[in-house]
Amino acid sequence: MRTRRTIVFTVLVAVLVGGILASLALGQLPVTPQQLVGAILQGLGIDNAWAPDDPTLTDALWRVRFSRITISILVGALLSVAGAIMQAIFGNPLAEPGVVGVSSGAAVGAAAAIAFGAGAFGGWSVAAAAFIGALVAIVVVYLTARSKGRTEVVTLLLTGIAVNAFAGAGLALVLFMSNTASREQIIFWQLGSLNGSRWIDVLIVLAVGLPTLIVGLCLARRYDLLSLGERTASHLGVRVERLRIVSIILVALMTGVAVAFVGIIAFVGLVIPHLVRMMLGPGHRTLIIGSLIGGAGLMVWADLVARTAVPLADLPIGMLTSLIGGPFFFWLIRRNRAKAGGWA
Amino acid sequence: MTASVAYRASGVGYQVGAAEILRDVSLELGYGRVLALVGPNGAGKSTLLGVLAGDVVPTDGSVVLDGRAVDEWSVRDLARQRAVLLQSNAVAFSFTGRQVVEMGRAPWLGTPRADDDENAIEAAIAETDATAFADRAFPTLSGGERARISLARVLAQDTPVLLLDEPTAALDLGHQEDVLRVARRLAARGRAVVTVLHDLSLAAAYADDLAMLDHGRLVAHGSPAEVLTADRVEEVYRTAVRILSDPDTGRPIVLPRRSLA
Repeated sequence: MRTRRTIVFTVLVAVLVGGILASLALGQLPVTPQQLVGAILQGLGIDNAWAPDDPTLTDALWRVRFSRITISILVGALLSVAGAIMQAIFGNPLAEPGVVGVSSGAAVGAAAAIAFGAGAFGGWSVAAAAFIGALVAIVVVYLTARSKGRTEVVTLLLTGIAVNAFAGAGLALVLFMSNTASREQIIFWQLGSLNGSRWIDVLIVLAVGLPTLIVGLCLARRYDLLSLGERTASHLGVRVERLRIVSIILVALMTGVAVAFVGIIAFVGLVIPHLVRMMLGPGHRTLIIGSLIGGAGLMVWADLVARTAVPLADLPIGMLTSLIGGPFFFWLIRRNRAKAGGWA
Repeated sequence: MTASVAYRASGVGYQVGAAEILRDVSLELGYGRVLALVGPNGAGKSTLLGVLAGDVVPTDGSVVLDGRAVDEWSVRDLARQRAVLLQSNAVAFSFTGRQVVEMGRAPWLGTPRADDDENAIEAAIAETDATAFADRAFPTLSGGERARISLARVLAQDTPVLLLDEPTAALDLGHQEDVLRVARRLAARGRAVVTVLHDLSLAAAYADDLAMLDHGRLVAHGSPAEVLTADRVEEVYRTAVRILSDPDTGRPIVLPRRSLA
């Protein structure tokens, strides 16, 4: 088990690092590895011979490519860990921010902020509105889908359908009420894109994301106990009520801040924790660390494909992840039906 | 050190709306003893166990554990004082049996007793005869195997008080006896054990005291011979019985009267 863990983590880190290097080098502006190192050093205030002669190239790398890669790493990690935490508190491997409507809730909040004058406070107000939307959605799902300490899959998914439908209506209303410019902005943002990520966005995601990831990791052992059921977890010393509230806020923060800056990116929180669990077992410490690295890796590669697959065009990344995630979801359902007669 | 009395329940009542689930239940349990809670379905046994565990807050009366009211204990201190085995033991993800047993050690994390984890886990698995399937995924185990792993988890918690809700329900004859022998050994080491049982003969053979509940009231409390009289069992369970005496131990055996007609 220990060697297996080492191998899996090595592979995950290799995928992430490979993705980062490929993303740095590839794009509309071709960059040599030397220029890359030079540009990074120069940006850090160290003059060197490798730095690109053309200052616009350095500028483009720093302003566009580096910030975009950083935000994709963060968003991938956040969505994936948010999925793992939701699955832990729902005791159900199908819980995921996109599937049950938490992302849509965040989207309504963010869209409303964009439509009705977020300009005043910039990125923070969009993020805050997205957090509130996400929080409302997850509280509704949690209160509806859980009964007697467990979540039935059917109820969970039906609740998800209802929340998604309601949020869809809310989004349509916001679009209807906003002017042409913000309407266009909302539609484009909603498809999910990392295009135009700025450093101020990166800082906001970092400021919210890093603490939530750390808290999530600290709670890992308690999530293990929670899988024995709420009563048994409390018999083993877990303050279940508090754990639930903290976790719900964590998921809302993670999803909210991710959705606020890159739109709805579904299925990352479903696919990655599932794969990590299959490879490393259900223990939440390894699950959360593995999901963090794996989610970051997936998002970096997905964004690379999104911006290089079609020349001179940026594909919506949310569309891309759903293209992969949708079929994966089908496969999961079929596999579990064959194995255990469905989740029930 | 611990007082010699583990539990003292006085006048415990529990009402949900108009339904009275427990009424005026008083009993006492010393360390080193096994108490069996018996009674027909719906008599309130599991609720009483929940009250003792601290899960259910009684609407009347009080429960004192180790000299302190149960509701004054912190969740963590309770976890170090009493372990609870519930009737249903589902595990949400594919943890192995051994990982589930390990979780029983959680209350001791960060204390000197955590050094004992390995031994406690292995001993618990051996004691419940679960070695053969401890490394398989919990959801793939049979009902009886799950019950034994869950019992091992409770044993690994290594607390002075154990509360077991129908620990024998899913088990075959041999393993039923094993579980109660384990309970006896725990009592011999000074632990207090409360267990809900349906098999009156099994309860009579292994418990020091029986508490019989009916419609939420404590109808009898005492030694197996005192509690299990034919008249009382017939009245509470509404079926005719004969009380025999075990030729080996002298403990009562409850045998329903049957006819082949």
